[in-house]
Amino acid sequence: MAAEVEMKPENLVYAKPRLITDKTMHYCPGCSHGVVHKLVAEVIDEMGLEHDAIGISPVGCAVLAYDYIDIDWVESAHGRATTLATAIKRLRPDKMVFTYQGDGDLAAIGTGETIHAGNRGENITIIFINNAIYGMTGGQMAPTTLVGMKTATTPYGRDTHLNGYPYKIGEVMSLLDGVCYVTRQSVHTPAAVRKAKKAIRKAFENSMAGRGLSLVEIVATCNSGWKLSPVEANRWMEEHMMEFYPLGDLKDTEKK
Amino acid sequence: MSKIKGKVLIDRERCKGCDLCVVACPVHILALADQVNARGYHFSMVQQPESCIGCASCALVCPDSCITVYRQKVEA
Repeated sequence: MAAEVEMKPENLVYAKPRLITDKTMHYCPGCSHGVVHKLVAEVIDEMGLEHDAIGISPVGCAVLAYDYIDIDWVESAHGRATTLATAIKRLRPDKMVFTYQGDGDLAAIGTGETIHAGNRGENITIIFINNAIYGMTGGQMAPTTLVGMKTATTPYGRDTHLNGYPYKIGEVMSLLDGVCYVTRQSVHTPAAVRKAKKAIRKAFENSMAGRGLSLVEIVATCNSGWKLSPVEANRWMEEHMMEFYPLGDLKDTEKK
Repeated sequence: MSKIKGKVLIDRERCKGCDLCVVACPVHILALADQVNARGYHFSMVQQPESCIGCASCALVCPDSCITVYRQKVEA
């Protein structure tokens, strides 16, 4: 038996996923996007879909996702990722088609497209990153911003009389008959990362089996937009975001 | 006696010093360095390599995929 841990392939527990490129991500330090990118890359690799996965990248911070995950990507117009995914999946039903969208993209300008794609029961997966803010443009209020939450455009906190209420996309989507799987996950702890990976895998499997649309919502942080450190942002998310956006499966038509 | 031990390698130049791995480590062996890397970030460093259990918690939460983890049964 060795006296020291040897750096041999059989002892390897974790390394950078094969499909994540060597390019340095432009995301801020501690951004949840990086972890979700890793999970998507790992699941695609494990399912052997490297040559059959087509991602649709959004407008928002994740716009450059095609630089970081080494699969085929199409860049969509703002909010229209699900329509593009619909077209690609209908033309190439053998491919695994997914969109990767933030809340400013999916829950604001793209709400109509998202709901109709769900209602049509398109065999695609939506990875929805919900950080309750417009991260890329400088931290403005998003439809998902919590009541009382301070942003660049709601400096005194979100006021329901003026700005309405936060939008629970997951709950809305779970009511649609074409949607087979809706889950809300997070990636702030190692346990949550493992669960989120399982959820992404299940969603991709649903898409390949033609069961309908799957939505994986990831409650995420935007530490720059929230003006907190990455660690404080995770704590704030646990205390505030998860109260309003509780984690867990919202719909699973496969579960008996 | 044998014991399961781990070894963590951190790509210092890729690290952005977000501190998430430091918080995630159950045996508290990671810390941010006083020095900075070429991009000016206080990178993450293993302070007590002998205490690592190879659980890969740090690597799982690392957004920039900078951490590689090995684990092996070694003589205690």
